[in-house]
Amino acid sequence: MAEFFFGLPPLVQALAKGILVVLVVFPVAAACSMAERKVCAWIQGRPGPNRALPPMLAWIPGIGIPQRLGLFQLAADGAKFLFKEEPLPDHVNRLYYTLAPVIAMVPAFTTITVVPLGAYLNREGRVIPLMLANVDVGILAGFAVASLGIYSLILAGWASNSKYPFLGGVRASAQLISYELSMTLSVLPVFLWVNEPGSAGTLSLVRVVEFQSGAGLASGWAGAWFLFTMPLSALIFAVALFAETNRQPFDMPESESDLVGGFHTEYGAFKWSLFFVAEYANMIVGSAVFALLFLGGWNPLPWVPLASLLEWLNHVTGSGFWLHPIVGGLVSIAVLGGKVLTTLFIFMWVRWTVPRFRYDQVMKLGWQKLLPLSIANLIAYTVGIYFLQR
Amino acid sequence: MAVIQVQRKPLTFAERTYLPQLFGGMWTTLKHLVGPAETMEYPEQRPAIPPGYRGAPTLVKDPHGREKCVSCQLCEFVCPPKAIRITPGAVPEGMGIENVEKAPQAFDIDMLRCIYCGLCEEVCPEEAIFLQNQYSMTGYSRAEMVNHKDRLYEMGGTLPDRHFKWEVKKAAAEAGHAH
Repeated sequence: MAEFFFGLPPLVQALAKGILVVLVVFPVAAACSMAERKVCAWIQGRPGPNRALPPMLAWIPGIGIPQRLGLFQLAADGAKFLFKEEPLPDHVNRLYYTLAPVIAMVPAFTTITVVPLGAYLNREGRVIPLMLANVDVGILAGFAVASLGIYSLILAGWASNSKYPFLGGVRASAQLISYELSMTLSVLPVFLWVNEPGSAGTLSLVRVVEFQSGAGLASGWAGAWFLFTMPLSALIFAVALFAETNRQPFDMPESESDLVGGFHTEYGAFKWSLFFVAEYANMIVGSAVFALLFLGGWNPLPWVPLASLLEWLNHVTGSGFWLHPIVGGLVSIAVLGGKVLTTLFIFMWVRWTVPRFRYDQVMKLGWQKLLPLSIANLIAYTVGIYFLQR
Repeated sequence: MAVIQVQRKPLTFAERTYLPQLFGGMWTTLKHLVGPAETMEYPEQRPAIPPGYRGAPTLVKDPHGREKCVSCQLCEFVCPPKAIRITPGAVPEGMGIENVEKAPQAFDIDMLRCIYCGLCEEVCPEEAIFLQNQYSMTGYSRAEMVNHKDRLYEMGGTLPDRHFKWEVKKAAAEAGHAH
């Protein structure tokens, strides 16, 4: 099996891996919409969607649990989006109107290429990341491609040819530009610290996780996650992430109460659901980047890297099972996946807690608060890291 | 009225960062998140009906099984949305209640018009019409939503009576008193 796979041409291998990742992320993004509805319902003291169940499955014992979690509702919603009529309003620019949801999907899934999804230890004990493209530009490519997602919002707003979508598109572009700066500036200290003098420079997220993989308290700073050593960076990055993914309290482009539906007011059926899935895919990638940068990636605890965990498990169970590369890879994916799901839950939790900011408050926060703060943060850490690594 | 000047305290630094408020709010929503649902899963769980509830209007019988309505049509006249339609008729022969004289031949309440105001119950001199517990009415047509007499008695059932007005009257007439 493995020999067959690695015998394939590299292009086919990459394509297979890419399709696999999309096949995993797409349903997770769709499931997030149900999670969102359930979290919303629980916070508001409701049970949420819990009725849908295909009658031919009703005999299965324990089917009530997925039913009450709304999994069949999710399937029903997906089927509905596939089969319902696709409205195409008369007044829209047909080409761009149809193109916008596609453009929303492409960057949302392209960013996954530079995000490591896990890692395994090979027989020599080296950590090999599981990712589609371990390129040195790493996070820079991620930011660059993620920023392209804004074009779908602008295009959707403009092609819809009506005022609410247009306002939504304008707001989206202004908001994304405002928060892009603070977001990038807030992660710079991380890479300043990671790229020690004398090492080969890299912006790869793998290196960031490796840096956070110090074992034991004796390793000092190297074992602590960047969340603890750079809390301000993490905070700015998190706030900017909320703004970049258009999540409450920053969902200016959608803003149901004043813009009806914002940029997707004129959309329905499958095109609308593509926007929806793209938003959640952006959230998943954003959460993964946050987890990798500030939460130690696939390391289960601060000062307890993946390798230590596997060795300890091996020591406790006494079998070589845990040292198998595939097992290690699965454990690392589970650890990172757990962190991503927790971050996604916090996204939803915040959404159903805080009210939406006013547009001027969003701009003020972005330009007058976060940007100076991130610059000051960068300068302070630059000086600190200079003395630390001198 | 005295004007009270409210002193607006300047926000503290912590308040201006918005973060303590955010975390306070998240703590509140977390408590609701783990707490029980406030809602009722309706068709399986039904709410407890409080006494005095104004559900669908129904016709009732007295403990002797006599229909109490004497088709005086007061409810028909008082009904604000004109939901009630009564066709008066004579009481059935040979039941020993000829002194009641009248009973409804047909009694229709259009539940698409009824506003559950309870004026019919209030105005009824015979205590024959009551708004009872039923609150869920469905049907596939307008005709189905009209409750006819037999259905109204079925929904109403029998309620206790304190007066037995017509028995007392009959006894008085037989004994030769005015009442």
